[in-house]
Amino acid sequence: MAYIDLQNDLPGIRGPMAFRPETAKPLNELAEILLHQQHDSLSCGEREMIGAYVSSLNDCFFCQNVHGAMAGHYFECDASLIDSIKHDYQSAPISDKLKALLAIAGSVQKGGQYVTPRQVEHAKKMDATDRDIHDTVLIAAAFCMFNRYVDGLNTWAPQDPQVYADRAAMRAADGYANLNAFK
Amino acid sequence: MAHIQVEEGVPGIRSLVLFRPETGKPLYELAQVLLRGESPLPAADRELIAAYVSYRNNCIFCCNSHAAAARCLYGNDKQQVDDVLNNMQQAGITDKLKALLHIAGKVQVLGKEVMPADIAAARDLGASDREIHDTVLIAAAFCMFNRYVDGLASFTPTDPAIYAAMGERMKNGYQLPTNNK
Repeated sequence: MAYIDLQNDLPGIRGPMAFRPETAKPLNELAEILLHQQHDSLSCGEREMIGAYVSSLNDCFFCQNVHGAMAGHYFECDASLIDSIKHDYQSAPISDKLKALLAIAGSVQKGGQYVTPRQVEHAKKMDATDRDIHDTVLIAAAFCMFNRYVDGLNTWAPQDPQVYADRAAMRAADGYANLNAFK
Repeated sequence: MAHIQVEEGVPGIRSLVLFRPETGKPLYELAQVLLRGESPLPAADRELIAAYVSYRNNCIFCCNSHAAAARCLYGNDKQQVDDVLNNMQQAGITDKLKALLHIAGKVQVLGKEVMPADIAAARDLGASDREIHDTVLIAAAFCMFNRYVDGLASFTPTDPAIYAAMGERMKNGYQLPTNNK
C-alpha cells in the first residue's frame, strides 16, 4: 500500500499522477518528447529500452515492466529478448550504437559524474549524434526520477507481466502527452 | 568541456535546454510547479530540499544555485541553508523539516530506501500527505536534474558571486531561457 493516501487505487506512477495532476502534466510532457515523439535517429523502441534498462538497474518493478513491454511492442519481440538486454546487453543482438548508449545510460544511473569522455567518444564513433547522446542522458536521468517517485511512495504494481504487455499497444498509439491516469 | 556541442560559457542546465528546448519546456515547468507552485511547504524549504539532494549527489552547479535561491527566500534565516548542508541533524530547523530532509536523503539513495518508519516519523511531527508527496518528488526530480547537468558535463562556474546572482533570479521562479536573453 502506498505511504500516503493517494485517493485512488491506481498502480505505479498513475497513482501519484492522479493525486497531483499539476506535476503529472510536465512529467507526461517530458515522457512524450523523450519516448514517443518522432526522433531523427533513435527509434521509440530504443528509447523505451533505455528507460527499461535504467529502471531495472534501479530495481523498479513497475517501470521496468511498463517500459520493457513498450520496447517489446516496438521491437515486435518476446519478453525474453528484453530480459536478455536488461541482464547483459553486450551479448544481446542489438546494434553497437544502442550498446554504446546503454553504457552511457548505465553510468548516468550511478551518477552524472560517472559518464566518461571515452564512453561518449565511443558512442559518437558508433554514429550517435549529439542529440542521441543528449536524449540518452536525459532519458536515463528522467528514469532515475520516475523510479524514485514510484518506489519512494511505495506504490503497488501488478505482478503479472501480461498486464503490462496488454497495455503496451494502447500506450504506443496514445502516447504520454495527454495520459489519463484512470484509463 | 561539455560532452556535446552546447553554447560556450552558458552554465549548467541553461546550456542544455538551449540545445534542446523541446525537453527544456517541461523541465522548467516541472521546476516551477514543484518549487514555486501551490504547496503546504514554503518555497524556501523546497529549495533547501533541492540543494540538500544536489549536495548528496555531488552536483556542484545545482547545489550552489539552489542553495543561493534558498538563502534569498529565507532572508534573515539564510544561515540555516549552510547549517543543513554542513550537518542536517544539528541545524536549527524544525524537527518536521529534518524528518522531510531525511526522507529526501533516502530517496536520493533509491526509492526503495524509504521505509514505513521514515514516513511515520515525519507524520508524527505533523507532515501531511501533500508535504510527503512533494518532498519525494522534489528529491526524485533533483536526482534527474543533477544527472542531466553532470552526465553531459555542462559548464560549472566556480565564482560564488555568479551563484548569488543566480539565486536572486531564481527567487522569482523558473522560466525557460531563450537564445536572446
